[in-house]
Amino acid sequence: MDVVIADDAVLLREGLRHILERFGHRVVASVGDAPSLLAAVDRHLPDVAVVDVRMPPGFRDEGLRAALRIRTEHPKVAVLVLSQYVERSYALELLESGSGRGVGYLLKNRVGEIEDFLDAVTRVAAGGTAIDPTVVVRLLENRQDPGLERLTPREREVLALMAEGRSNSAIARELVVTEAAVLKHVGNIFAKLLLEPSDEEHRRVAAVLRYLREGAR
Amino acid sequence: MGIEGGPWEGLVRAPARVPLSSRPWRSVAYLLGGFLVALVWLAGTVVLLVVGVVTVPIVVGVPLLRLLPRWAETLGRVERARLRLVDGRPAPDPHHGRPLLREAATWREAGHGLLLCLLGPLNAVALLVLALLVGGPLLAPFWRLLPFAPSANPSWQKVTSDPALAWGASLAGLVLLVLAAYLVTAVAAAEAGLARTLLTQPPEEELELRLIEVDRSRARLADAFDSERRRLERDLHDGTQQRLTGLMMTLGLVKMELAGADPEARKLVERAHREAGETLAELQDLVRGIHPPILTDRGLEGALAEAAERCPVPVTVRVETSHGRPPESVESALYFAGCEALTNLAKHSGASGAELLLRDAPGRIVLQVSDDGAGGADTAAGTGLVGLADRVAAVGGTVSLSSPEGGGTTLRVEVTWTS
Repeated sequence: MDVVIADDAVLLREGLRHILERFGHRVVASVGDAPSLLAAVDRHLPDVAVVDVRMPPGFRDEGLRAALRIRTEHPKVAVLVLSQYVERSYALELLESGSGRGVGYLLKNRVGEIEDFLDAVTRVAAGGTAIDPTVVVRLLENRQDPGLERLTPREREVLALMAEGRSNSAIARELVVTEAAVLKHVGNIFAKLLLEPSDEEHRRVAAVLRYLREGAR
Repeated sequence: MGIEGGPWEGLVRAPARVPLSSRPWRSVAYLLGGFLVALVWLAGTVVLLVVGVVTVPIVVGVPLLRLLPRWAETLGRVERARLRLVDGRPAPDPHHGRPLLREAATWREAGHGLLLCLLGPLNAVALLVLALLVGGPLLAPFWRLLPFAPSANPSWQKVTSDPALAWGASLAGLVLLVLAAYLVTAVAAAEAGLARTLLTQPPEEELELRLIEVDRSRARLADAFDSERRRLERDLHDGTQQRLTGLMMTLGLVKMELAGADPEARKLVERAHREAGETLAELQDLVRGIHPPILTDRGLEGALAEAAERCPVPVTVRVETSHGRPPESVESALYFAGCEALTNLAKHSGASGAELLLRDAPGRIVLQVSDDGAGGADTAAGTGLVGLADRVAAVGGTVSLSSPEGGGTTLRVEVTWTS
């Protein structure tokens, strides 16, 4: 898989390159600011761009802005945005672009969990979604929502993993249950939250996240 | 050689010494000088006005007329300098550096100019009469020695031709001279007093200005602290955090490479990985307390919404702002005030719900956090609220708290600013 890395810290850029290359990906460009990121994506059309939120020149959310632009200009290029902090609004803004397809939002700390990180890269490159578990927890906690209160603890677990963008099989593996059991839970969740059931996994993620987002307002 | 104290100083403190001091002479110089200044200023003003008005159609007039306020201000400067002849106290410039026409000081200076045009000639005539009244008798014994010696008046001729009468007149002249010294000093003192009120800053205004300056310096200090916090946050973000994140990546890789290796080594690496992660999380909390990056990125609205989300009590956030972002120090003070309010309500209120409202008007912003909890919040109980009020006061804002026992708590922070 071809990857473009954008992070203004050389240390992290090299760390990311090292990890990605160690596991068989090709880092076609590694840049330090938003304009060079956009140029590199235009030139290489990678499968995925791994982008730091905060970059020069403004050190604000240039990375996020660039990621959103990539999603509009090159729908086939997936973006995985890395952030030092949980900022829910960043995640939501990203998900609003293209109904959560081919986008991911991870905390930088998560990169240290190499398997999770690589899994997220592969998932967004395949058109899926990857949302940091911390963000999902943030969306779920402190909520007084009759729909959510109807869920069993196990269903909440499944909902959280769904919101992270995991597939049925991944959820089954994580919770050590069968895929059939996961499917049953998913059906129950959709019924309890009054959501339209959908077979397509990415739509499912979008629906769940929209529910959580709108409920959270 | 200056004199000490105000213009009345000599007359009040040591009246007996006035005739022999420099004050009467200074007063004469002050009064005559005023006449000359008035002549020059009036001439200049008339020329500027007439030529200016006449040449307005050919544009030249406009800049000429614009010179008028400057001309008044120049008079003010000359007059303040001249004041030192009879008044030893400092005469501070009343101008604040704003456009001259919009300053009351300029208009007062022009008023003083007009007054001087009235008083100046009167002073000059009065001095002349006084000089004749005093000088004549004083010089009576020597009158005949004067080369021109006008002697139209027969009774005056009689006085001057009789030495005894002449010396008597001279003695009377001396008494008149002493009286004239007092008179001139008093008149000059009165006029100088008038000039001082018109030309220098009234003391209250001076005090007010000093208070404004104190306010400004406090705001500057708050600004400086604020940018220092942002710098610290940036340094931590760019340095320590990046290094720790890099360390986490390396340890994560080591963990993977060690899959299937010695379980003891794996365990150790896992522990190191976990500890690095915890350190990083602590550092991030610290940074958020110093200056949350989202405040810079998304402003108060975004930052307060995030803070409300972290609060264990459900908080409804209402934002009604439409007048642009306030200065950074104001944003930061309001943000931390909001955080403190949310922390307090989570810790003490026992509320089941709360509302955070942010509303603005041009140059003004209000943050209000209210809950349905137990109330009874006491500013004396903790330093949190006091510190909050201090911080808000430093940017020119106020904090008000309403927390009746059992009636919920409402904290309101209001800041006005000028950009």
